Amino acid sequence: MRSNAISLINNIGYPRLIIASFLLLLLIMAFVLEMDMPDLFSSVLIRTAMNGILVLAMVPSIKAGLGPNFALPIGIVCGLVGAVVSIEMGYQGFAGFFSALAIAIPLAILAGIIYGYLLNKVKGQEMTVGTYAGFSIASGMCIFWLLAPLYSPKMIWPYGGAGLRVTITLDGIFDKVLNNFLSFEIFGMWVPTGLILFWIICSLLVKMFARSKTGLAMQAAGSNPGFARSSGINVNQTRIIGNTISTVLGAIGILVYAQSYGFLQLYTAPLFMAFPAVAAILIGGASINKATITHVFIGTFLFQSLLVVAMPVTNLIIQGNMAEIARIIIGNGMILYALTRSVGSE
Amino acid sequence: MSVDLILEMKGIEKDYYGNKVLKGIDLKLGPGEVHAMIGENGAGKSTLMNILFGMPVIRKTGGFKGQILIDGNEVTINSPEEAMALGIGMVHQEFMLIPGFTLTENIKLNREITNPNLISKVLGQKLEGLNFNKMNQDARDALDSLGLAVDETKLISGLPVSYMQFVEIAREIDKKNIKVMVFDEPTAALTEEDAETLLVVMKKITDSGISILFISHRLDEVLKVADRITVIRDGEIVGQPNRQNTSVHELARLMVGRKVERVKKEVDQEEFLTRSEIMRIKNLRVEMPGEAVKGLDLTIKQGEILGIGGLAGQGKIGIANGIMGLYESTGEIYFQGQKIGLNSPTEALKQGLAFVSEDRRGVGLLLDESIERNIGLTAMQIQGKFLKQIARFKFINLEDHDILRKHALKMIENLDIRCTGPDQLTQRLSGGNQQKVCIARAITMNPELLFVSEPTRGIDVGAKKIVLDLLVRLNEERGMTIVITSSEMAELKMIADRIAIVYNGELEGILSPDASDVEFGLMMAGEYKNKEVS
Amino acid sequence: MMMNEGIKLSEDKGLKVNETNRIKDRLFKILQRNIVPIIFTITCLFGMMMANIPIPFLLTSIFTRIFRNSFMVLSLIIPVMAGMGLNFGIVLGAMAGQMALVAITHWEITGGLGLFVAFIITTPIALFFGWLAGIILNKARGREMITSLILGFFANGLYQLFFLYFMGTIIPIKNKTLMLSTGVGVRNTVDLKAIKYALDRAFTGIIDFNGWLKGIAEMIFGQITFMPYVPLATFLLIILLCLGLKFFTKTKMGQEFRSVGQNNHISEIMGINVEKTRILSVVISTVLAGWAQLIFLQNIGTLNTYGSHVQVGLFAVAALLIGGASVTRATIGQALLGTVLFHTLFIIAPLTGQVLLGDPQVGEYFRVFAAYGVIGVALGLHAWQKQREIRDKLKSD
Repeated sequence: MRSNAISLINNIGYPRLIIASFLLLLLIMAFVLEMDMPDLFSSVLIRTAMNGILVLAMVPSIKAGLGPNFALPIGIVCGLVGAVVSIEMGYQGFAGFFSALAIAIPLAILAGIIYGYLLNKVKGQEMTVGTYAGFSIASGMCIFWLLAPLYSPKMIWPYGGAGLRVTITLDGIFDKVLNNFLSFEIFGMWVPTGLILFWIICSLLVKMFARSKTGLAMQAAGSNPGFARSSGINVNQTRIIGNTISTVLGAIGILVYAQSYGFLQLYTAPLFMAFPAVAAILIGGASINKATITHVFIGTFLFQSLLVVAMPVTNLIIQGNMAEIARIIIGNGMILYALTRSVGSE
Repeated sequence: MSVDLILEMKGIEKDYYGNKVLKGIDLKLGPGEVHAMIGENGAGKSTLMNILFGMPVIRKTGGFKGQILIDGNEVTINSPEEAMALGIGMVHQEFMLIPGFTLTENIKLNREITNPNLISKVLGQKLEGLNFNKMNQDARDALDSLGLAVDETKLISGLPVSYMQFVEIAREIDKKNIKVMVFDEPTAALTEEDAETLLVVMKKITDSGISILFISHRLDEVLKVADRITVIRDGEIVGQPNRQNTSVHELARLMVGRKVERVKKEVDQEEFLTRSEIMRIKNLRVEMPGEAVKGLDLTIKQGEILGIGGLAGQGKIGIANGIMGLYESTGEIYFQGQKIGLNSPTEALKQGLAFVSEDRRGVGLLLDESIERNIGLTAMQIQGKFLKQIARFKFINLEDHDILRKHALKMIENLDIRCTGPDQLTQRLSGGNQQKVCIARAITMNPELLFVSEPTRGIDVGAKKIVLDLLVRLNEERGMTIVITSSEMAELKMIADRIAIVYNGELEGILSPDASDVEFGLMMAGEYKNKEVS
Repeated sequence: MMMNEGIKLSEDKGLKVNETNRIKDRLFKILQRNIVPIIFTITCLFGMMMANIPIPFLLTSIFTRIFRNSFMVLSLIIPVMAGMGLNFGIVLGAMAGQMALVAITHWEITGGLGLFVAFIITTPIALFFGWLAGIILNKARGREMITSLILGFFANGLYQLFFLYFMGTIIPIKNKTLMLSTGVGVRNTVDLKAIKYALDRAFTGIIDFNGWLKGIAEMIFGQITFMPYVPLATFLLIILLCLGLKFFTKTKMGQEFRSVGQNNHISEIMGINVEKTRILSVVISTVLAGWAQLIFLQNIGTLNTYGSHVQVGLFAVAALLIGGASVTRATIGQALLGTVLFHTLFIIAPLTGQVLLGDPQVGEYFRVFAAYGVIGVALGLHAWQKQREIRDKLKSD
């Protein structure tokens, strides 16, 4: 009995167990404090689904043997460029959203291929190099936002000042186009059907890719390059493919995130966006070299709902924004835990 | 030889997880004596040295039985440091030298000479300053005693490889208390002339009263320098002759000799001669680290089982790895009369070759994938098996799980893979069953010619027999040509029609499985060609 | 003890390169090794010319920043020596220093004594943090750098938790001037006027060092109108650290650090306690970083409770790399040169941006980009070299 219980705990993993119990505790507290539960649940749904694709972006990169994609900001800035160009061209609603996608995806493919090629030169150090590659691209793009030849009044400062605004409101552009699509209310809880559907479709596509000839080759190369080579698989190529898909998902992910959030965040905002996504998938039970779609779903749900529920509950008990600190501690703590667990590559 | 012994090992026994690797070894070493130890790979030489050196791996696996005596006193050696303190030094096969350090710094590594200063008096000895003058002087003396004229303040990274072995020896000599020096295959990385020089240096060392334990497989070298020779086979001493009353022949016979029962029927010699060639290998060179092939010629006959044997490091492993495109290689390969390209696994696989690697965990298996994926993946990538398309989208190739499952079930039944089902992860399987999965992966390709390397390494006795039987069955029932590479001569004798012995990256000769032990021993030691000439 | 006739060994053929090539190679190598500082020097010079920055202003600012920051950059050298790479975890040291500053502000210990007490308090806290960091980094061998970076982020979370929620609740604080108006949590900025320049001007009034400097300079250059200020005590402390580091490399322990840095496996076989050595290197680095943060903040004069430490790792590492250091090799000279170049860039980038593109923001973004970029490139080059080394090693066997 005892050993069974222990093996069950080991299977679930201590971090997941701790976080899940903590979440449960918070939910109970929320209930006791008579908070608006349906509202809370619909926030959980929205936050989970809007972050989901950014977390999903970790899957192909981990499967391809690159580790979590710490260079996610590369994909994210591609998505943002897509959005600002689409706004400049004056598209609105779904047209705006999809034209942003249409511009962002080819950019992300290009960036993913180039960066993937670089990653092949730094095998074994992808995470460290990736972190700073992401940082430098994101900070380099600050100059772009400042100097970009874009003049839409929705994006530039109203009273002069150079460059694009730090946050661009999407109100009247493509704010919540996915969230509102087929949305409905049930027991007072608002369900953003389109957003969830979009996340699920993306997940299914990634899953389908994982079952394809190329996808299987990529996973083989990720989990054992020696096996892959002896099966005639071009390991460098599958690594580039994995990185490219991850970058594209990063670009899509930020657009989905932005339309739900209602704002485009430029300049330094993308800098640290990889870390919560990495933390989420690790919380879901993934490790640096193994990840599945299930990990994405569980991890995003646990991490995001924890943050959503923690904020109002702690606000009632103590002053100040405890949720932000919780995010930092839990997120980075999780990454730290994962980094110190599996054996180093060198 | 004097009666008092420097080192004595008595009744040493050691098992790894129930597998006995040393069965009561006795060893005596007098002052100034060179004692050589020879044996096939896996005979137990390195385990014995690990015990003598107090390596942690021995303690971690449950210790050993027997006694070690130094200068007649029983000692326990729990760590390499303790071994060093007792005067046992080791010249490692791979160089334990830090390239960015000078010769002096390497020779004096962790034995630096220091001067106390004000700060060290407060904060501890570790902050004592280094006395490079004295250290250089010591290093100079040690190098001079070997006759090595290289500047001791130079960096190791700027030295030719041939010097490194000698720097290591200088380091051991510099430990003033040294009594016994172990040389673990010291000539393996040296050219022939340098090896000669090393032998001279060894003589110099023993002249000063230090004893040497010399592990080697070059029989001629052993006979040149050793006073006594211990031959180990399967964890037992099979002979301990003095140099004067033994010969290359006798050593070769002792090293290999073993009775085996044949599994496969003998082939009809006359019919065999008429068989066509399936593959001709010409001047094959493979850059596989530690197993380089240096210009090998070999022909393989249709439908045979060809064994490839030889000692570790001689290049036998490199042959299949080179032909399959896993390591950079040059030369000409004709397969069924056609010349095939090298350096491309895809090309080799497409031609109808398949390979069961010696590195089961590194190359053979995807440990965190299911049995069925392991079996099917190569055939899927190369031959497009187990794939289906969605509607008319030709570019979408999805895994056809039903067909793969059916095939996997058939393989599991045919090869008798013991598992909970085709979706079990291969890491949960026993070594023998993992090997069967590897073979299943290879034969799913329907190869004309199958290379199998070290098929029984690391699996238990019962499973060994099953794997060998399986290979014979594949050969007899399907007419598949099989090239099996193995360090265990016995299993080659059990199933091969012919046995090719590789020495120093080249073909030393081909023997019939019932050839004498002396012939096998000589070939493996590279003395066969020499004998023919003389 | 033995005969003295020399032995002859075969030489590698590749080793005999003819002399002219060698000189060319060496020149090329020097250039290659110093390419980063060269590029940044050119960038800085270009920026200076473009923006036409007055030299007195530039020199004064650079001097201030050198004395403020070089201690921190120097604290990175020892982990590099021990093979731990660039220790982004110095943030932990900075936190220790800030904790000490909050403590002395609370107790209202002022002036030189206050700073001295801060040094005393910082040390054990930094020792403890460094020890923890060392243990964690030992568990993440082969990816120390990303781990130390994340460790810094993680510790920052705990630091915020401590200062925002524990202070005033779990830890009762009597001195209300430190606290936010709610009584819980430390204010965003803590005034350090009480210890401002406590170190920089420790000897003012005892010796007129800057007066002498000016005198000497006038003897050489004739009449000069301005003279950058040199904080004597800080200056001496930095020199002391440099000498200490130099001394350290020549001790037994230094030799162990270098040996562990070059090869863990061989060091272990030779009886060096690798794990302990690695932990010790992080501990030393963390303590030095703690002191460095005190030096930095006594010069600035205000503590940004939740911000002063955040960029410490980034800026120090970038400075070191700009000085020409790599992940495996860092010298005192590189640290100092890097500090000069990085902070020159810091001062002139906004001004140049203003002149060239009409917006100082461009320059500010550019310097952040340069900091991240130079780290990214250095890490990438390091990984690439390592990959090539492994390949070469396999081939040469």
